Order: sequence, then structure tokens, then C-alpha cells
Amino acid sequence: MLAKWLKCVFLSAKNWCLLLALFIWHTAFAEGPQSTPSIYAPASTPAQSIYDLSLFVLTITGAIFVTVGGVLAFVVFRFRQRGEDDTTEPAQIYGSTQVELAWTVIPILIVVVLFLTTARMIFAIQDAPQPKSALDVTVVGHQFWWEFNYPKYGIHAVNELHVPLSDPQSPTPTYLKLLSADVIHSFWVPQLAGKTDLLPNNVNDMWIDPHHTGMYVGQCAQFCGVQHAKMLLRVYVDTPQQFEAWVKNQQQKAVEDESVATGRHVFETQSCMNCHTIQGTAATGRFGPDLTHLMSRDTLASGAMANNKDNLREWIRHPDTFKEGSLMPAMQLNDQQLDQVTAYLATLK
Amino acid sequence: MADSTYPIPGSVEAPHRWSQAAVLEWLNSWVITVDHKKLGILYMLYAVFFLLVGGAEAIAIRIQLLYPHMHFMSPQVFNRIFTMHGNTMVFLFGMTYIFGFANYLVPLMVGARDMAFPRLNAFSFWLTFFGGLLLYYSFIGGGGLYGAGNAPDVMWWAYAPLTERAFSPGHAPDYWALSLIVTGFGTIGASINVIATAFCMRCKGMTLMRLPVFVWVNATASGLALITITPLTAAQVMLLIDRYLGGHFFDTQAGGSAMIWAHFFWIFGHPEVYVLVLPAFAIANEVIPVFSRKAIFGYPAVVAASVGIAFVSLGVWAHHMFTIGMTSVGNAFFVLSTMLVGIPTSIKIFNWLGTMWGGKIRFATPMLFCTAFVVQFLLAGLTGIMLSVAPWNWQLHNSYFVIAHFHYVLVGAIAFCVFAGIYYWYPKVTGRMLSEKLGKWHFWLFFIGFHVTFDVMHIPGLLGMPRSIYTYEADRGWTGWNQIVSIGGLIQGIAVLIFAVNLIWSYFKGKEAGNDPWDAWTLEWATPSPPPAYNFATDPVVTSRRPLWDIKHPDDPDWKYE
Repeated sequence: MLAKWLKCVFLSAKNWCLLLALFIWHTAFAEGPQSTPSIYAPASTPAQSIYDLSLFVLTITGAIFVTVGGVLAFVVFRFRQRGEDDTTEPAQIYGSTQVELAWTVIPILIVVVLFLTTARMIFAIQDAPQPKSALDVTVVGHQFWWEFNYPKYGIHAVNELHVPLSDPQSPTPTYLKLLSADVIHSFWVPQLAGKTDLLPNNVNDMWIDPHHTGMYVGQCAQFCGVQHAKMLLRVYVDTPQQFEAWVKNQQQKAVEDESVATGRHVFETQSCMNCHTIQGTAATGRFGPDLTHLMSRDTLASGAMANNKDNLREWIRHPDTFKEGSLMPAMQLNDQQLDQVTAYLATLK
Repeated sequence: MADSTYPIPGSVEAPHRWSQAAVLEWLNSWVITVDHKKLGILYMLYAVFFLLVGGAEAIAIRIQLLYPHMHFMSPQVFNRIFTMHGNTMVFLFGMTYIFGFANYLVPLMVGARDMAFPRLNAFSFWLTFFGGLLLYYSFIGGGGLYGAGNAPDVMWWAYAPLTERAFSPGHAPDYWALSLIVTGFGTIGASINVIATAFCMRCKGMTLMRLPVFVWVNATASGLALITITPLTAAQVMLLIDRYLGGHFFDTQAGGSAMIWAHFFWIFGHPEVYVLVLPAFAIANEVIPVFSRKAIFGYPAVVAASVGIAFVSLGVWAHHMFTIGMTSVGNAFFVLSTMLVGIPTSIKIFNWLGTMWGGKIRFATPMLFCTAFVVQFLLAGLTGIMLSVAPWNWQLHNSYFVIAHFHYVLVGAIAFCVFAGIYYWYPKVTGRMLSEKLGKWHFWLFFIGFHVTFDVMHIPGLLGMPRSIYTYEADRGWTGWNQIVSIGGLIQGIAVLIFAVNLIWSYFKGKEAGNDPWDAWTLEWATPSPPPAYNFATDPVVTSRRPLWDIKHPDDPDWKYE
């Protein structure tokens, strides 16, 4: 019997080794730079606090697992039937009030400790007062893209949120007001903070104060329809100078370039403008993203692909190539119109 | 081994075998039956069938997630498949296996000749049956937005306003709501029946404190089902009113509330988890003592903890909503109530350990499944504690960590106990043992596959991978983890196929079981295998919690110690 057990344990260990090797192979040969949104690489106070709290909880639950799991392993080994022919019954024990009390009180004590620690953290993060130096951004979730409004600057950014670095000495956190234009979405950038849902008819809020510059990825975390998976999200944490320059650019009206007038004509006559805004032109649609500074963004279609001319043209020709079921219709433009409108949009820096 | 022929005096003879009846008459007898044992078998066949269907859907999901930007399915189909996987496993497998076991075993265990309301019993099963058919008819029925059927594609919790007509113009939410209203009524009927049978049909001497723990826990789960199905049905009716009669309960474009739906759903949805898992505990409560050769440790504490879990579970629903924007005080309240669930559950785990302690544990297949269940349920509880820590939940919610956690409950606890229960009671139901050899293969493959899949699945969640996405980006560092998870899923699939083969093969070729193959102690083992119609010719009389122990050990009966 024991030999059989050992064989099984050995077999499963072998299995695990194979899988581990497979995994190492994958990580070693993975192509391209990785940007993993791990909750264990925090870059902002809420994410850092959660990280610390999680280590505390992991320690307690880990200790419980080792203790109880250890007892179980001991019981399985020590009290297994030895020999098929041993059919005498063991001593019957029906219970013990003292033992029951002991293993009721210990979990109660653990719950008290965990609850108090957790409650403290809830209040610290959720009820943190907003400093005067904070930046306000209104986030509006749409079926499958993000709108970021900066009321102080009059900016409408899309899919790529720019926020200033927050120096712990003189913090400039960003406070997000979360709304939805249609169904429930959820704003989640794991390295910056936990997620908060965006509900229609309801205002939620959250805050971040990133301590390191860089780009942080995230995505919608509440199933919101066909293309929920490609409602990706990027947060760019800029130095104050970079942020200021970005704001200045975003505040400009759209670039006017006579050489692409034909493309602009296509845009304004082929119902593109029913859904999109380009500041300073006749296009004032609100259903789709603002395209005034389209080329200042790194990605298209809420992170579905890189923003370059080829992708942009294909996206306009047939949105389903990149994002099947997205709400942007294919407008049946001919090749010439496609070239023209792509050339026009490519000037919108 | 003790002599295993201890029929209660006056048991009727075993009926003639099915093969002797004409096929049509035989089929007819299954359709018109009001016999609790036949209905129990029907429930179990239905549950196992949908376990296989839901499992196939899971495999399809795992194939789609093997590589970033994989195109095994379109996003539309993927969304339907994962929604149906959830609905199938919760409503068509989960909610039916519990009544399979309860129907077959509760009357036998309390020494009754049938359920309290045999006709209601049949009616409830057929409601559930046709509700399930209606849900699956959605794949072929109706034109739908994409012309490819109308299977629900709004997740199993069907959050409003995505289900409103503005965002779901086809009939997907209609199929979801209507079919689950129908199965819901089936559940209510079956629950009333289990409660009435457990409390009103007990044989002489079967006081409440002598009721087998299995019966206690099933009655508790049924009571909980009665309470929780109601808000779900109400919400589904409101949704249909919104969609077809111009109501605005959840229609946010006309001032409705998306949050109210979430409250309605989760006040059903969380206790529902306990409706599903308590009957699994019930199975473990029978299997662990018998294979440890000891009485259950701390019977009153086990019963009290089970009922306690049911009570506390009614006050924890909003821990599914920590990210929806409740106040800090609201969040703190639900942190506390959720953590409180940990107390009765840990009492249960400790009592199982106490039962095994000092025993002579026989590791036959049912006990292997139950031992693995105890470890896995412990781990599921601990990840549950992690999720109850609201700030950490803000990170983990709707990530693959949550998926791993609740599959630890639904597979690691429930499916393992269901397998244990089937290996344990199959001899009683069919008169033949399931093959131990295939059983061991089934167990070890399933155990390994389970851990490859669901241990690893926690990791992409910690790395920021949200649930219900049909594809993911290549640069996220999730690819390798997803592939390991998929491989584990395949191993589990093979194990379940071995199980299906075992069920069929053993039915014809299995070893004859006899009345009492496990040398067990509850009343069902006092009847022939399979038990005759109406179970007992004369009402049995019991004097303790383990009537058969008393008969087998007249020198050391239980009633002396109660």
C-alpha cells in the first residue's frame, strides 16, 4: 500500500517537474518586452498599501494552511488502515466539548485581527481626503473604449490617461470620478490601485498617486459586452514638464493642413462626423472617441493595435479585422477615400 | 469484516431486474414514476449529463485561451460559451445533483417509504428538466443579433443594464431569465419536499438529534434554497417586465438602477454557493466516518455549524460588490460578516479531522476523494479569506484569482464530494460496485489535473488578468500560465471520461455489492441493493444515530453514549 502511495507521489512530482520545465521554456523564449500588470509591482500608494496588507494576510493564511494541512497529513499517514485483514474497529470517540471550544475560539480571534486590520485599510484608502494639489479627471466608460475628461484644462483624452508623477514630498495625486455612458465597466490598472466600477446613473471615485514615471497597462474588469476583452487601458505617468507639454498640445484645436482637404471632406460627408469630434471643425459627434489629437496616441481602438497608418487604414476599412463586434461600423469607403481619410487623420497630431 | 446481512426485519424482496420488462414499458415507468429512488436517479443522470456538457464548454474555453489572439471561436461565441458554462454548472449540474442525492437517500436514511410529496417530487424534476432543455434550446432558437442562436452571453450574473433591450436586442437574456425561472420553481418544489421529508417522515426513534448529518445538512441546504431562489425569480420577472412591458427597474437610461440588480442577484448568488456546497459537506459527513471507522466527531457541533453557515451566508452577499462603490462602512460590514463564515466552516474541517484522528482509515475511492476534498476545501476557504479582505479584493475581484478560488469550491469541494458520493452509493443504487481500479485512475488523474489547472490559475489573476475575456495581449506575461491551466483542464477531461466509462462498465460487469459493502451504519444499508419499491415493509425502529452499528455491535451500542 505504502509503495503504491509513494509511486503516485513520485508520478505527480514528475508531472510537476515537466510542467515547471514547460513554464521556464515559455518565459525564457517569450518574445518582445513584457509589461505585466502585476499587483506585486505596485507604483502608487493604494496599490502599495494593498500589497503590504496582502503580505500580512498571506502570512496568517499560510500559517493556518501549514498547521491544518500538517495535521491532515499526519492523520492520513498515522491513522491509515495497516493491512487489509485488520478489521477490528478503533475506539469510538463521539466528541469533546473542550476541544470544540478551543477550535471555535481560535478562529474567532483570527477573524478579529483580520477584520480590524482590513477595516483600517478600507478607511485609509477609500476615505482619504482630497488635497488641494490633486488633479481631477472624469472617466467615462463606453462600450469598448475610455473617455478621460480634464475639467480644469478642458481636455478630452481617449483610452490613454496621462497623469503627473506624484512626489511623496509634495503629492499631486489624481482623483478619478467614474461614470458610464452605457453598461457597467470597471477601471483597473493593477500597479496603481484596485479596481472601481463605472456605473450608469451613478458616480464613483478613486485615486492614484504614482511614484514612478512610465506606462502602466490595465483593462476593463467588468464584462461589458462583445469586446470587453479589448477594452484596454493605458496610464502614462509623466514628469511635471512632460505632463504640462502634453496638456498644452491637447488644448490646441485640430491641425489644419490644406494638403489633406480631400480626406477631411470624406470625413465630413461620409457620416464619420456623426460619431466623432474633431475640435475646430464641423465634426462634433459624441458617440465615438474624440479624434482631435488622434496621432498623439500610441494605440488605436482602445489598445487593440499600434497606432500607425497601415493599421489606421485597415481599422477604418473593416473594424472587425482588429475588434470583431466593436460598435464602429465599416463605412464601405473605396480605396481612394480610404487613403484620403487616413492621410487626413494622420495629420491630427 | 462484520457480517453484512442486517436487513431490517420485514424488508420486501428485491424487485425483478429491469431487463425483464419490455423496453417501452420500462421507459414509460421512468416518465410517470413518483418513486423517490427513480427520481433521484433521474436527477443524477441529468446532473452527470450536464457535468459533461459544461465540461466540454470548459475545454473549449481553455483551447481559446491557449495563445494570445487565438481564434478558435469568435468573441460572440466565446461569450455565449463561458456564460453557458457558468449557468450549466451552477443551475443544471449543481442544483440537480443536490436533489439527486437528497431524493434517493433522505427517505432511506430517515426510514421512510417515500418522500413526503411524491407527485410534487416528480413535478419538480420535470420542471427542472424542461427548464434545462429551454436553456439549451437557445443555441438553435431565434434569429438573434448575430444570427447564430440566442444563447445567453451576459455572464451568469447577467448584470443590468447589459441585459436591457438597448444592449441585448436579441433574446439571450429572455432565454436566461425564463429557463431559470422554470428550473427555479423546480428547485422550490424539491426543497419543500426534502424539508418535509426530513422533519415529518422520520421513523420511530429517529429524533432530531439522531438524524444522520447527511439529512440535517440537506434539509438546511433546501431551506436556504427556498430563501434564495425567491429574490432571483423576482429579479428575473422584473427584468422581463423591463424588457417587454416598459418597466424601468434596471433600465438606467430611464432612471433605473444597475446596483439594485447586483444586490438582487447576489442575495441569491452568495447563499446559492452554500446551497451547492452544503450537500457536498453532507456526503463528506457520511463517507469520512464510515471509512475512518469512527462515529462523526462532535455531532451537535457539526449540525450547529452547518445551520450556522446557512444563517451567516444570508448576510454576506455584498462581498461580491466591494468594487461597485459602497461606502467604507458598508464595505467594512461585509468584510466582517464574510469573515464570520470562516468560523463555522473551520469547525467543520476540524470535526472531520477529529473524526479521522484515531481511526483506521480505509482509502477506498470514496475516501480518496473526500480526503482531497478536505485539503482543497481548506485552501478554498483560505483564498476566500483573502478575497474577503476588501482592499485586496479591489485587486482580486473579477480576476482569474477569483475564478481559481470558486473553482476550488465548485470542483475541489463539490465535484470531489459528488464523485465520492457516487462511488459510495452506486452499489446501493445498482447492486454493483464501481471498479476500484478505474476509480483509482479517475481519482489520481482528476486530482493531478485539478491542481495543475486551479493552483496555477491563481497566478494570472495576481498578474492582472481579468475574467471573461475571450483573448489577451501577448506582452502581458500570461501566456505560459494559461497554457499550463489548459493542459490541466485536458487531464481532468480524460479523468471524467474514465469515470463515465466506469459508470457504464460497472453497471453490467461490476462486482455484486450485497446490502452493505462498506460496512456502514445508516439505514439505507439495511435494505437490499437496489432497495425495493417503498423501501421498508415495516417501519424500522432506531435507538441511536448509527442504527446498524447497534445491530453489529450489540455489546457496545451507540445509544449508551448519546
